[in-house]
Amino acid sequence: MPVHVLHANELKEKYVLTRNLPTIWCAGCGIGTVLGAAVRAIDGLGLDKKDVVFTIGIGCSGYSSRYVNFDAAHTTHGRALTTATGLKLANPKLTVITLTGDGDCVGIGGNHFIHAARRNIDVTAILFNNSIYGMTGGQYSPATPTGALSTTSPYGMVEGTIDPCELARAAGATYIARSTTYHVQLLRQLIAKAITHKGFSLVEAIAQCPNQFGRLNKIGAAPEMMRQYKREAVRVDSLDAEVPPGKIKIGELYKADRPEYTKMYAKVREEAKRRAAARGQ
Amino acid sequence: MTKVLMQGNEAIAEGAIRAGVRFFAGYPITPATEIAERMASRLPEVDGTFIQMEDEIASVTTCVGASLAGVKAMTASSGPGISLKQENIGMAAMHECPLVVVDVMRVGPATGMATLPAQQDIQQARWGSHGDRGVIALCPSSVAECYDLTIKAVNLSEKYRLPVMLLTDAEVGHMREAIAIPERVEVVERRRPDVPPGDPSFQPYAAKPDGVPPMADFGAGYLWHAEASTHNVRSDLASTDHKSADFLHRRLIDKVEKHVREMTFYSTRRLDDAEVAVVSYGVSARGSAGAVELARAQGLKAGLLNLNTIWPFPAHLIEDLAGRVRAILVAELNAGQLVREVRLAANGRVPVHHVGRFDGLILTPTEVLARLREVL
Ligand code: SF4
Repeated sequence: MPVHVLHANELKEKYVLTRNLPTIWCAGCGIGTVLGAAVRAIDGLGLDKKDVVFTIGIGCSGYSSRYVNFDAAHTTHGRALTTATGLKLANPKLTVITLTGDGDCVGIGGNHFIHAARRNIDVTAILFNNSIYGMTGGQYSPATPTGALSTTSPYGMVEGTIDPCELARAAGATYIARSTTYHVQLLRQLIAKAITHKGFSLVEAIAQCPNQFGRLNKIGAAPEMMRQYKREAVRVDSLDAEVPPGKIKIGELYKADRPEYTKMYAKVREEAKRRAAARGQ
Repeated sequence: MTKVLMQGNEAIAEGAIRAGVRFFAGYPITPATEIAERMASRLPEVDGTFIQMEDEIASVTTCVGASLAGVKAMTASSGPGISLKQENIGMAAMHECPLVVVDVMRVGPATGMATLPAQQDIQQARWGSHGDRGVIALCPSSVAECYDLTIKAVNLSEKYRLPVMLLTDAEVGHMREAIAIPERVEVVERRRPDVPPGDPSFQPYAAKPDGVPPMADFGAGYLWHAEASTHNVRSDLASTDHKSADFLHRRLIDKVEKHVREMTFYSTRRLDDAEVAVVSYGVSARGSAGAVELARAQGLKAGLLNLNTIWPFPAHLIEDLAGRVRAILVAELNAGQLVREVRLAANGRVPVHHVGRFDGLILTPTEVLARLREVL
């Protein structure tokens, strides 16, 4: 992977919609770090801005594409992946990237996540997983660890926790990776690989929400949360790698080779046209 | 002109393709499924795309994505599915994303009577998604009108950049009639920006005098944001910018309401010298037409106004009628939905009565005639 790194100011000049600054994010929020990694990945791949489109849903993550200068669809809660599906099907030449949060992606939009993976459509989902609904003030999400505190689990969350990477593999995704805001260089590299991959790819970015998750669970501010990621993350190369309990697997976790949806549908078109011609239409 | 035997739902699919629709996303539901089936076989023949989505919400939002990429898109469902789509019909309205949503109405509420006709989504079409916005909904009462009004629906959605609803019902959707396929039809393309990509004067939500902003395809280099939150002309959030909020929300209403006449389609039968008018639409207009003939045979001067445009409600037609007839009877398959609009427009100048049913049966000519006699 060629590493071509622009200076922060050049990057800002090229990609940031400065008129929309400052961001709405709290001090220390991890979302901006993930967005930065995504923009650097796009830049490093040398993609033309006009060929890259973003879709976003709702939540703190749902503000991310508002600060960058790409075509972007700001959709309803959970529907960023379906809007992305329509964009990709209508114009397969586009590089389609969905920026989504844990609530957006595996909560309200969970069904779409499963089926985008099943279709293996060439969309890259970057999932900001901060284990909480931050925007609405800290309610538990499907990715909140069992036992964690939130404003709607004041006695500890008693439900199970979704692992988005496991879910993506079960559903049929063909590229799955995970990193954290501490491991930001790795995150950038994984996003670049996911974009290059032809098929549905998921990059789960563990990102701190110090204002809600960190505060409610008494982990501390952003630096403490990132230190925790440093302590807990284990670099592996398989989703099935054995790691001690409480550790987070990071790295390129799964890759499969399966026909991509728009390619398959192009064959449907050829067949339909062949039959129509045979009928003498 | 070729004549072909076609089902209403098939005519909708064929009309859409004729109007340039090249993308359809849907979810199976009675009594609308034939539209999806026809699109599944036909669209790939014309380099279009059909996709069956995982649910109704996915269907409409996938269409939004396709439309943003510059492809004319359509989805179809029935009452239960339309209820699910509503939030995102609102999103398409806020994005100002052209799109056609077909509602083949069946009896509700809830699962209701899945195979039987109703006209119970009239107010849902108008107010089903939250917030205020202008709404266009067209309603065919024959297979030929299914074809023609679908083309008009696509054209209006492209011209005014909004989701347009085609309201039909299980009866019209499933009936078969021979229709003449016109050799020429008017097909409207959305207006694209008149400045090149990168031009600093480009503002994605700056409207032309007709209230409609030109629309750039995603991928064309204009780098704009289709925004579901309230926004200013540059598409930046107007979270506390009340002036931009008022400007945008009014424009979404006005771009429809200021063009009501252009959007009004209707037909009449024996209305010129009528003393009493039946106002109806869709399948109910067919029974009403029969009632008018029966009435005339019995010496009662009845006439029919068959509305093909339900929304924006063509109040001007009713205002005109109110000065000419002694009474109006609204015939529809519900407990009284469009009659509210007719009463508002008549404004007390003429009595407005209602005949309706919502048991899965359609209104017959004798039933409408009996009610006419009753109210006179
Ligand atoms: S609430 Fe949490 S996720 Fe949202 S901006 Fe603040 S720190 Fe970030």
